[in-house]
Amino acid sequence: MSEWEGIYTIWFREALRYIRYRSRIISSIVTPLLWLLIFGTGLGSAIKFGTGITGSYKAFIFPGIIGQTILFTSIFSGVSVIMDRQYGFLKEIMVAPVRRPSIVFGKALGIGTASIIQGVILLLLSFVVGVHMTPVIFIAAFLLMIPISVGLAGVGLLIATFTDSMEGFNLIMSFIVLPMFLLSGALFPVTGLPSFLQVIVYLDPLTYGVDALRQVIIGYGALPLYESTFVVVGFALFTILLAAILFSKKEQNLM
Amino acid sequence: MDYIIETHDISKIYGDFKAVDSINLKVPSDSVYGILGPNGAGKTTLISMLCTILHPTSGSATVNGYDVMKDSKEVRKSIGVVFQSRALDDILTGREHLEMHAALYGVPKNLRKQRIEEVLDLIALGEKADEFTKTYSGGMKRRLEIGRGLIHHPKVLFLDEPTLGLDPQTRESIWDYIQKLNQQEDITVLMSTHYMEEADKLCDEIAIINKGHIIKSDSPKNLKHELKADIITMKVDDQEKFLDEAKKLDFIKNIMVVDSEIKMMVESGENLVATLVNFANKNNIMVQSIELDHPNLEDVFINYTGKRIVEGA
Repeated sequence: MSEWEGIYTIWFREALRYIRYRSRIISSIVTPLLWLLIFGTGLGSAIKFGTGITGSYKAFIFPGIIGQTILFTSIFSGVSVIMDRQYGFLKEIMVAPVRRPSIVFGKALGIGTASIIQGVILLLLSFVVGVHMTPVIFIAAFLLMIPISVGLAGVGLLIATFTDSMEGFNLIMSFIVLPMFLLSGALFPVTGLPSFLQVIVYLDPLTYGVDALRQVIIGYGALPLYESTFVVVGFALFTILLAAILFSKKEQNLM
Repeated sequence: MDYIIETHDISKIYGDFKAVDSINLKVPSDSVYGILGPNGAGKTTLISMLCTILHPTSGSATVNGYDVMKDSKEVRKSIGVVFQSRALDDILTGREHLEMHAALYGVPKNLRKQRIEEVLDLIALGEKADEFTKTYSGGMKRRLEIGRGLIHHPKVLFLDEPTLGLDPQTRESIWDYIQKLNQQEDITVLMSTHYMEEADKLCDEIAIINKGHIIKSDSPKNLKHELKADIITMKVDDQEKFLDEAKKLDFIKNIMVVDSEIKMMVESGENLVATLVNFANKNNIMVQSIELDHPNLEDVFINYTGKRIVEGA
């Protein structure tokens, strides 16, 4: 009972912080729009897709850009645990009579909420890229975003348990976030890639998230929907449980 | 006597460094207990172990009857903690901090509003309660942190250097506040400090700690009384010569050099000032200054460690 209260409280703080940082919300909406409108239009007018994919390039990358937004928000918010530690706020939470896994769950759900809010805003802007949005598509995409964002929040929290300062931030960006984004097939179809690249692409968990979203939103996917959904949900469970375990194990080092 | 905190040879060792070395502490219920020592003496490490966020290397401790290792959750429910470093979120309001804390500590929902009002009253945040904490002054932040630590009616409140970095006026107001708290609430306060004045003014009992050891523990009054001495502080032109000659004087109970001043423990010092000046003159030593003091806690500390508690102060 009290654990739920703890999870709720930590979730609430995370969500509240997100809403209060207006500049972050604005930039995290403008950035994907720039990708869609400038990159999407620019590259879209230069390339021609093979068979099988209908619609514009902008529409093709739209689910990918949603995935990118969720990726950036989730991982950076997860890494914000490092800031909590530096500013001492983590101690206040750690000394409360709340189990460590509950802290991780609360955090992950809070971060997930922030990412999902951003994803929803993008879904509402789908007309910009000429994607026809229906209630069914909206709900399906919304449901998919939950495990995607929670799983990536787990990645962020895992990074935070292994890093003790924000100095590693650029490394995280270069070695984790950008590769995950570029390899996810957010910007290009993953079918017909050279086989070495294909292997790496399918090792990227975001590939499955983007593919599932694309399947739902524009009806094109490289994998069957149930397969990609299964991977996405499994990945979320895996990272969150692993983060909860490691957070409990390493609590002594987190102070 | 009823002890709310007891430690048994509690130690924390990092590699070769003994941050806390076999400390045995007994803190009476409803007292204000001070841990007094210089920076790096192990005060924060000791408090961190008592509030369960650091595991002892060896030894054990109970807080409110619960073992800090085995029943850490029960210990956490029994305590409020104000850390030395700030633990506030600058884009939450004071009230939100209190609400969050009440929820984390499982204060029943129907009691929360009332408790929060009580605490806000006590810490006198006024209208600022609904503003972001980034707009607070240092003193307000401290008061909020102390108030937050009280929301769940803990048995023990840990204050780690509660007035560190505050201006003298704010420090006084925090002291008043801690005194009021101890009188009004059924609570034990364990605080660490390196301000002698603070320990002297607030604490019923003090443990002097240095390099991870407790050197001495007693009430401030007894500690000072125990010296049974006045302190004569002298500055002379030829210190070495004076120290050498002074060995002949048997009324000096203890002599040491602190910050290039000679400190002597003597009994009924007012009769000895003239004697000392004459003695110096006879040995061709120029006395630059001489001062007589009744002992304070600082002198107690110097007596036991031969050092000042705050270097360079």
